[in-house]
Amino acid sequence: MNVLICGVGGQGVILFSDLLSSAALSVGLDVKKSEVHGMAQRGGSVNTHVRFGPKVHSPLIEVGTADLVVAFEMLEAVRYVHFLSETGRLLYDTYRLDPLPVKLGMVERPDDDELESRIRARAAEALEVNAFGKAVELGNQRVQNVVMLGAVSRHLELPKRAYLQAIRNNVKKKYVDLNLMAFEAGAELAG
Amino acid sequence: MSRKLLSGDEAIARGAWEAGCRVAAAYPGTPSTEILEALAEYKEVYCEWSTNEKVALEVALGASLTGARALAAMKHVGLNVAADPFFSAAYIGTHAGLVVVSADDPGLHSSQNEQDNRYYGLAAKVPVLCPSDSQEAKELTKLAFEISEEFDIPVLLRITTRIAHSRTVVEPAEREERPLKGYEKKPSKAVMLPAFARLRHVDLEARYDRLREYSEKTPWNRVEKGSSDVGIICDGVAYQYAREVFPDASFLRFGMVNPFPSRLVRDFAALVRKLFVVEEVDPFIELHVKALGLEVAGKDKLPRWHELNPERVRSALVGEARPDRTKPEEGLPNRPPAMCPGCPHTGMYFALQNQKVIVGGDIGCYTLGALPPHNGMDTCIDMGASITFAHGADKALGDSDERRRIAVIGDSTFFHSGITGLVNVGYNRSDVVTIVTDNSTTGMTGHQEHPGTGRTLKGTEVKPVDTAALARACGIDKVVEVDPYTVKQTRKVIRTVLKEPGPAVIINRRPCALLIGLKDPPKAVDLDKCTGCKTCISLGCPALTMQDGKSMIQATVCVGCGMCADVCPKEAIA
Repeated sequence: MNVLICGVGGQGVILFSDLLSSAALSVGLDVKKSEVHGMAQRGGSVNTHVRFGPKVHSPLIEVGTADLVVAFEMLEAVRYVHFLSETGRLLYDTYRLDPLPVKLGMVERPDDDELESRIRARAAEALEVNAFGKAVELGNQRVQNVVMLGAVSRHLELPKRAYLQAIRNNVKKKYVDLNLMAFEAGAELAG
Repeated sequence: MSRKLLSGDEAIARGAWEAGCRVAAAYPGTPSTEILEALAEYKEVYCEWSTNEKVALEVALGASLTGARALAAMKHVGLNVAADPFFSAAYIGTHAGLVVVSADDPGLHSSQNEQDNRYYGLAAKVPVLCPSDSQEAKELTKLAFEISEEFDIPVLLRITTRIAHSRTVVEPAEREERPLKGYEKKPSKAVMLPAFARLRHVDLEARYDRLREYSEKTPWNRVEKGSSDVGIICDGVAYQYAREVFPDASFLRFGMVNPFPSRLVRDFAALVRKLFVVEEVDPFIELHVKALGLEVAGKDKLPRWHELNPERVRSALVGEARPDRTKPEEGLPNRPPAMCPGCPHTGMYFALQNQKVIVGGDIGCYTLGALPPHNGMDTCIDMGASITFAHGADKALGDSDERRRIAVIGDSTFFHSGITGLVNVGYNRSDVVTIVTDNSTTGMTGHQEHPGTGRTLKGTEVKPVDTAALARACGIDKVVEVDPYTVKQTRKVIRTVLKEPGPAVIINRRPCALLIGLKDPPKAVDLDKCTGCKTCISLGCPALTMQDGKSMIQATVCVGCGMCADVCPKEAIA
């Protein structure tokens, strides 16, 4: 299974992929996950690759072979849509976070309608998930990633307990309950 | 013990701990930083953030020569800084095992170049091990200690970003305790006077010959038999990509790429009809293979720059045209990394805008100030080069150019290698103005301690180095401090200092907003007062944007630092 996760530095893309990969590990699969740190993370475009199955070689997903692309931001969804396989599915948050050159007025951002039509043209299946909105509703925008994880769980064949355990093992104690709630909310959004 | 998902960095730390490592030293640098962070969690290992990589390697060598297994870790360019002791260490050898980790960065995810440090092994006659996933990173770390002791030589463990920062499955083991070996003074081995060093060179060649034999026989250099049509020689993560693209080929994979096992390669070449070398960046293996007179395809097809991935290997070696659906969408705005909301560097760069200066830049988050809207940097060369570049420019330009020569350098970088440059400015007298952007941490690599923070890697409280007093001791008479959150005041101070001749140091002091988790109530724009002049926008803060001709603050992004309120000429932000 090839899952590519993308978003903007600071959105919790890395924690999302940590949780997904520990969930896959806990059911006995081989797992590889790739990410980058350092300068690449500072508010820039961030992506992580999670692969799991009986045996995984490359830590990177080859373009055109992702079963799932998960995007935390709409522009990033379009940036990585070419990773999808012919039958791949895209889950994307409609949340909008303009890159600095757009904010500075140096370049124009395609409007949301155009982004959406580009997504529809490329993805066999594309599903909107308002994870950011749900996270704000839950009182903490930082759980956008775990809301998204809840939604993603509906599209993968890992048991729910694996995700819940991953959250308990990887999230700071005082945020565990909030994150469990976020997960459930996300699963509901996608259900 | 249960399987764990570890990054390559964490796996190296685990391997060092299991191997009985007692002393470890590093300077933070992506993608190597997490090695020491993970190792510091084990109480049996003394770990430190050294002031730079040369210091770290010498500390580790000191421990090795006196009988403790030791490790030094650094990013690829760090080994340039540590090259001097690295070469000497090969002559001297070790007492207890000494492992040097070099984390190369093909693809320049967070670096100024993508040099290939396998060449350091060749140049210094040091064995080079190269894991292809985290489990191998752990096992090869342990093997590196063994080789180091058996062959009396430091071992270079060379990883790349995709090894360092990929999490793969690892089987942990117990620690094997390695007591101190006992120290005996051996000047003819450890004092590199020419008379002794001449003999040590001869000895090194003998050790290197024995290592070559070892490399021919180690199970870490092994053939995986597949079809006889295609044979692929590879090392590191390139093996994983090639395996993905050529599931049926025969493989010769190197866990130890230097010294080069020529016989093994000849034998492998005889098994297959077509020979490929798949390796990242430079043709290191390929040059060796060609030196054997073998016909091989490699960098004539594969790119010599940036990292490999499965599609690059496929399109170079299989050559089938990619379907359109796998081509990236065009015409999207880039999303380059940017300084964070509340970043004190933005205030400093705003204060520098429109000043008549030539700016020697340095390495850290503040290097992003080279980009719009600040365009606040003329050069960024290597760690510490801001001050020395400015000094050289000052000596060259003299009165011929009215732009003042200045340096912008972070606090951690200043301790790493800025101090010697500043001593040079004081000693050889130039008019360089050095701005130390002191955010109380090593920011870019994820908030590591340094000599100015008053705390060590292991959490011990220590006396912080007084940067102002240090600057004065370097012969810089004019030393001023300013808070970059008071942006207008900072601009005034910089202006005043720039007008006066003589070397000066301006310390911009304000902790990194991420470090302290700054999240004050967000600011807002009074739309009646805002004239849309865009002054605040030129701070380059990610929370600020223009909407319908007025400035707008995105409340979910803003951390309430107030720099925009400070610079607004209409007092429209509160």
